[in-house]
Amino acid sequence: MSGFATLLHKELLRFWKVSTQTIGAPVLTAALFLFIFGHVMEGRVRMYDSVPYTAFLVPGLVMMAVLQNAFANSSSSLIQSKITGNIIFVLLPPLSYGEFFAAYVLAAVVRGMVVGAAVMLVTLPFVDVEFRHPLWIVAFAFCGSAVLGALGMMAGIWAEKIDQVASFQNFLIMPLTFLSGVFYSIHSLPAFWQGLSHFNPFFYMIDGFRYGFFGVSDVHPLRSLAVVAAFLATVSGVTLVVLRSGYKLRH
Amino acid sequence: MPAAIEIRDVHKRFGDLHALSGIDLEVPCGEFFGLLGPNGAGKTTLISVLAGLVRADRGSARVMGHDVRSDYRAARRSLGVVPQELVFDPFFTVRETLSIQSGYFGMRDNLAWIDEVMQHLDLASKADVNMRALSGGMKRRVLVAQALVHKPPVIILDEPTAGVDVELRQALWRFIRRLNRDGHTVVLTTHYLEEAEALCGRIAMLKQGRVVALDSTSNLLKRVHHLLLRLRLAGELPAELRALEHGSTEDAHVLRLKTYDDVEPALSCIRRAGSRIEEMELLQPDLEDAFVDVMRRS
Repeated sequence: MSGFATLLHKELLRFWKVSTQTIGAPVLTAALFLFIFGHVMEGRVRMYDSVPYTAFLVPGLVMMAVLQNAFANSSSSLIQSKITGNIIFVLLPPLSYGEFFAAYVLAAVVRGMVVGAAVMLVTLPFVDVEFRHPLWIVAFAFCGSAVLGALGMMAGIWAEKIDQVASFQNFLIMPLTFLSGVFYSIHSLPAFWQGLSHFNPFFYMIDGFRYGFFGVSDVHPLRSLAVVAAFLATVSGVTLVVLRSGYKLRH
Repeated sequence: MPAAIEIRDVHKRFGDLHALSGIDLEVPCGEFFGLLGPNGAGKTTLISVLAGLVRADRGSARVMGHDVRSDYRAARRSLGVVPQELVFDPFFTVRETLSIQSGYFGMRDNLAWIDEVMQHLDLASKADVNMRALSGGMKRRVLVAQALVHKPPVIILDEPTAGVDVELRQALWRFIRRLNRDGHTVVLTTHYLEEAEALCGRIAMLKQGRVVALDSTSNLLKRVHHLLLRLRLAGELPAELRALEHGSTEDAHVLRLKTYDDVEPALSCIRRAGSRIEEMELLQPDLEDAFVDVMRRS
């Protein structure tokens, strides 16, 4: 195996070996969200005029799980390696910064997609969800998890303590995800908040992802994909520059 | 053939601290080389520059002729580093750890060598044990194995025997000596100077980021122009000999003499003072004396 393939394999093994925590726990959280919100809201609201609330909620919850887990994978792997010192094992071999980036981000994408698929599977028996455009679903899940994987790398490289990663997650990733339309359509918001939502890149990830299921969205999916792709390119570019400089990794 | 290690005018600052102040060093292929110095002398920083973990502010470093920055892939492939800290990845077993490390270097079908390394380091029985469950000594062996898994021509060991029991230390040195005999270049830092004296053909001593001595081990020992006379006396040491005292212990006096000619006058001085010699030993200077000497003078 090449160095890149080995690093990717190692990152996958890392979360697979503790799958109760890395897959089981987020699936349970998503299922609880679905049952509680579904129970309270079902029958009261219809989204896009025709979609029942629970069905609307499922893609939102799936994407939220995809994004949060992609972020958690790369950030926790890096910060743990830095704190325990075993980051040296990946710094000594002849891996380029590009390979380093690709391996961590791809592992984050896989973790995000695996957790997303598991959440989807668990909800299927309870909720009737359509899959109108599967390619859009995959495209948004891939790009969204790649963005969060790269952001997780930035957090993991920058942070020196685990609570700094937690702050990054709790004060940036969580609010941006919750305010992106996981639980609602932004058309139900007052005009000001609706406008503000358009500056949240996470909104485009979830809106485009949802389009794949219902064929309806707040914004045209092509526009959403363009925004998400541009965001991915920016975040990846910055992360690659940081890795190349050796910031906090090679002194 | 290029030198195994070539360091030219390497400088490194960490804030106000000048960790390396113009290091020049060349280690030819096949040598067993020692890097000695007190804590904070810059040994680990120098190793880190070679390994690409620290980037020098100025100067260049090459491993087997490959620049550690511009030709980092070839340089890192040529180098195996055993780090000082006892680090491990708690997710994996010993065999997984070694096979992953080997994969990072792009080695295919490396299982036979991995088994051989484990055999030599007495790790075979622990192959499928999780790293977390190993003792400190065992973890140290795995670190050595990890550094060797890609068969590097140059091996750097940063204090590999710190906190290791005698048995492992000896097993480790047998193995490293064999690697050196097989043509590997070995660079060692250690605080156990008798270890460096027994193993290293040539030694560099570092102090405050500079090389203050660089010579063969035998020449370094010859530089020490004194010998030590260890005496156990029934009675007091005469006052005129007190000035010669050098590291005396509770039950014995150690005198530092310039030549063998000084032995007789010292003994007659003791006799005149009425003390009796119960035990006497002439000690040859060792690397520790050379080290103390160099550090004091530089």
